[in-house]
Amino acid sequence: MLGRTLREVSAALKQGQITPTELCQKCLSLIKKTKFLNAYITVSEEVALKQAEESEKRYKNGQSLGDLDGIPIAVKDNFSTSGIETTCASNMLKGYIPPYNATVVQKLLDQGALLMGKTNLDEFAMGSGSTDGVFGPVKNPWSYSKQYREKRKQNPHSKNEDSDWLITGGSSGGSAAAVSAFTCYAALGSDTGGSTRNPAAHCGLVGFKPSYGLVSRHGLIPLVNSMDVPGILTRCVDDAAIVLGALAGPDPRDSTTVHDPINKPFMLPSLADVSKLCIGIPKEYLVPELSSEVQSLWSKAADLFESEGAKVIEVSLPHTSYSIVCYHVLCTSEVASNMARFDGLQYGHRCDIDVSTEAMYAATRREGFNDVVRGRILSGNYFLLKENYENYFVKAQKVRRLIANDFVNVFNSGVDVLLTPTTLSEAVPYLEFIKEDNRTRSSQDDIFTQAVNMAGLPAVSIPVALSNQGLPIGLQFIGRAFCDQQLLTVAKWFEKQVEFPVIQLQELMDDCSAVLENEKLASVSLKQ
Amino acid sequence: MAAPMLRWGCRGRRWAFARVDGGSCHRRGAPTGSTSNRIRGQSSVAQQPLHTAQKPRKGEHKWAAVVGLEIHAQISSNSKLFSGSQVRFSAPPNSLVSFFDASLPGTLPVLNRRCVEAAVMTGLALNCHINKKSLFDRKHYFYADLPAGYQITQQRLPIAVNGSLIYGVCAGKKQSQVIPKMVRIKQIQLEQDSGKSLHDDLRSQTLIDLNRAEGQLRVDANISVHHPGEPLGVRTEVKNLNSIRFLAKAIDYEIQRQINELENGGEILNETRSFHQKLGCTMSMRDKEGKQDYRFMPEPNLPPLVLYDATSLPAGADPQQVINIDQIRETLPELPSVTREKLVQQYGMLLEHSFTLLNEVGLLEFFQNVIKETRAEPKKVTSWVLNTFLGYLKQQNLAVSESPVTPSALAELLDLLDSRTISSSAAKQVFKELWKREGKTPGQIVSEKQLELMQDQGALEQLCHSVMEAHPQVVMDVKKGNPRAVNKLIGLVRKATQSRADPVMIKEILEKKMSL
Repeated sequence: MLGRTLREVSAALKQGQITPTELCQKCLSLIKKTKFLNAYITVSEEVALKQAEESEKRYKNGQSLGDLDGIPIAVKDNFSTSGIETTCASNMLKGYIPPYNATVVQKLLDQGALLMGKTNLDEFAMGSGSTDGVFGPVKNPWSYSKQYREKRKQNPHSKNEDSDWLITGGSSGGSAAAVSAFTCYAALGSDTGGSTRNPAAHCGLVGFKPSYGLVSRHGLIPLVNSMDVPGILTRCVDDAAIVLGALAGPDPRDSTTVHDPINKPFMLPSLADVSKLCIGIPKEYLVPELSSEVQSLWSKAADLFESEGAKVIEVSLPHTSYSIVCYHVLCTSEVASNMARFDGLQYGHRCDIDVSTEAMYAATRREGFNDVVRGRILSGNYFLLKENYENYFVKAQKVRRLIANDFVNVFNSGVDVLLTPTTLSEAVPYLEFIKEDNRTRSSQDDIFTQAVNMAGLPAVSIPVALSNQGLPIGLQFIGRAFCDQQLLTVAKWFEKQVEFPVIQLQELMDDCSAVLENEKLASVSLKQ
Repeated sequence: MAAPMLRWGCRGRRWAFARVDGGSCHRRGAPTGSTSNRIRGQSSVAQQPLHTAQKPRKGEHKWAAVVGLEIHAQISSNSKLFSGSQVRFSAPPNSLVSFFDASLPGTLPVLNRRCVEAAVMTGLALNCHINKKSLFDRKHYFYADLPAGYQITQQRLPIAVNGSLIYGVCAGKKQSQVIPKMVRIKQIQLEQDSGKSLHDDLRSQTLIDLNRAEGQLRVDANISVHHPGEPLGVRTEVKNLNSIRFLAKAIDYEIQRQINELENGGEILNETRSFHQKLGCTMSMRDKEGKQDYRFMPEPNLPPLVLYDATSLPAGADPQQVINIDQIRETLPELPSVTREKLVQQYGMLLEHSFTLLNEVGLLEFFQNVIKETRAEPKKVTSWVLNTFLGYLKQQNLAVSESPVTPSALAELLDLLDSRTISSSAAKQVFKELWKREGKTPGQIVSEKQLELMQDQGALEQLCHSVMEAHPQVVMDVKKGNPRAVNKLIGLVRKATQSRADPVMIKEILEKKMSL
């Protein structure tokens, strides 16, 4: 049951094959077994069980709230949850218990979902590995998969297995690990430069970033307000659409959500024919750092569309190469501003220095933030200084406009969806990842994903195949603004073609035989 | 955070914020000089009439002062500028604080429609250009009463710009003549108020109240002096002036201080100063951190504020979702300058009287109601309303709406006076009675107290005769040519009539009797 998709388990609940409480208990037990993954910062066991109990009553009375009723979900620990500690994986917010729910959390609860816990991340979502949070790094469940282990055995150079675990990617790595290890059926991440899509690719999941303005940010503790979007991590595209259906829509508490009517619910038709589609392949995304395996899968995917009758054309997004530096200026500037409220006065950490208010601020912020956060605050404040504002911030805003216009031009030329890699390569071992600093890693890892955030477009990473090492590789589809449904429809067709294998964790959870019942063939090849 | 303020120049709860940009005044009555760009962040630069500056010594240049005001005015609204928390005067500290007001992580600002409407209306009233698109910015500084570490304001593209306001200045020999002046308004911006810090020096603690509904008006004044024709001087900013009286005092003091400083070879520092109310002087605030860099940046959580007029309103737009400038213009009441002009034209009133009528809430309406119901001359009405009526109100610190005397009662009283049924002094007596709130009409009071003028010539002549007989010495004095003695006799006769006789009539009779 645990290995099923959200839609499948939802059907099972409706048919009474399993009760919400049974499902909840199975997930809780698996959360405990996989504690070493460090996917969760807080497990809200009592809350989840109580919600399961209420859900069970509803099912008994035939008053189910819908597809999400009784479904275990997890939420990244940068979304406010009423009465449940929300830390952003930072000392600054340790012990902070918000008095309100983020709109997206409230919407999930209103649909009857069970909140299993709050998932791990890079401190304040600043990172691309889920390695830089105060609660330690998240381990990628695929490190313990049969697929990966078997490949490792064949490799004579493989080192000590225990220290050789892989990162999940980030910053929503906890949410990705939680879904990937079957501890829940869907998880909320946040996506500012790729933070949902990147770990989704590394953990073999669907990672969806909706159009900016489609889903409320109220209650999401911000990284970059103008780019942040709540993200959705699921095992398949249909599941992402179900969650999106619950979340999308205007929110009076978030003035940047759009009022225009959007097709709801997000039921995805099964596309039989792609011959009317035009798929764009941005030539600037073919970078030297791209691994040959990812490149080869990317071109196979393009071939697949072409062979099925779609028009596949090379397109140009000429300002792509400026995206990283532009993002750096805009991101750090907003970070500097957004982090100003963490002064130790109203909530969160406060140091015990009381010489003066200024000394208290300084020490509190020094103790509360890690080096990454402090570094970004310093850069951002530098860019916002009066003498620098025009040369950095304003210039970066102009470049952002150019980058967004690149997409507009491509979509205006008749392209429906862009197809790109999500990441440069598959997940790397932690020890290798930490050889470079957070800033270098982030700027490398975000190159395919962050331009989308600058333009506010919807994008989704779809797991395609396993690498030679037995690790997942994802590809990204990018759609027109607010054409989220069209994007997911194309992604769903593609997902069906590639038949990505289910992670095999039986060694890890040998007594959880249910995991395997839905196993598909471990086929790595694309149909051609 | 706090209550909403309109800022015409400062920081505040939802404030529309008007920046009045000013010029320098070279000499009284002369046209204003060029706009001062130095006065950033200020709202209004008013001209300081030269009489406040030191009188020039012979052979010396005159000094001219340049003053800019940044006015923070609280918007009258039920909830705050960016949150649904209520605004209520004197609510217990921190009792009206939403999650947004406390800057809890993840909360977002939501613009209050009422505040936008108020800002547009203010802009229209002040002859501003209303920007159909305006933007919000974050202004950063660390202070305990600013929980987000930044304040949301409208730095770059405010809701209204380039306005003007006509006001009156008392001048002339008697300081009673009103001269109309114009001040230019640079901008009006909506701005969130900061909280209130309460310093407990005894325990070296600072307490913060995030209700932020403490004051309705706060002004920062930017002041510099220079010699006309020369570049503008270095300015100082006197912060947090909360009454018109202190504002005037602070400006006068600061101008004099700067002139003295410069004439003694000193220099003026570009600094913020505070006004000490008891000592009546300004003092340097000695800002430790030196010059602040507010690191302005666009507020990413608020889309541009777009306003419409009749020509740009999209068809089928939801009236709840759009703000129509033309619609607000229609609800704008007649502006004071227009009303004053009408009063002067219609009633031949002095300009200064028209100012007084408009400066007191409800007084104009009271005046107009009296005019409507009485036969008395408008000048008479003006005099009674502004002297007697307003005098009583001021003496007892009452608002017009709390007056015990209704417009009808005063109108009736003035009719009695006009018809010479009672004397002017009897009228004052009746007014005093009316003020007691005993529910009597002027007519009733007059008849009860027998205050009608004696119309019976014969009886009055008889009385005069009796008085003359009783005071032969005074009659002698009159005959000797002492003019004051006549008045004494008149007084005695009036006393005998309980002030009911017309003194002019008495005088005539007495003079006839004494054959003067």
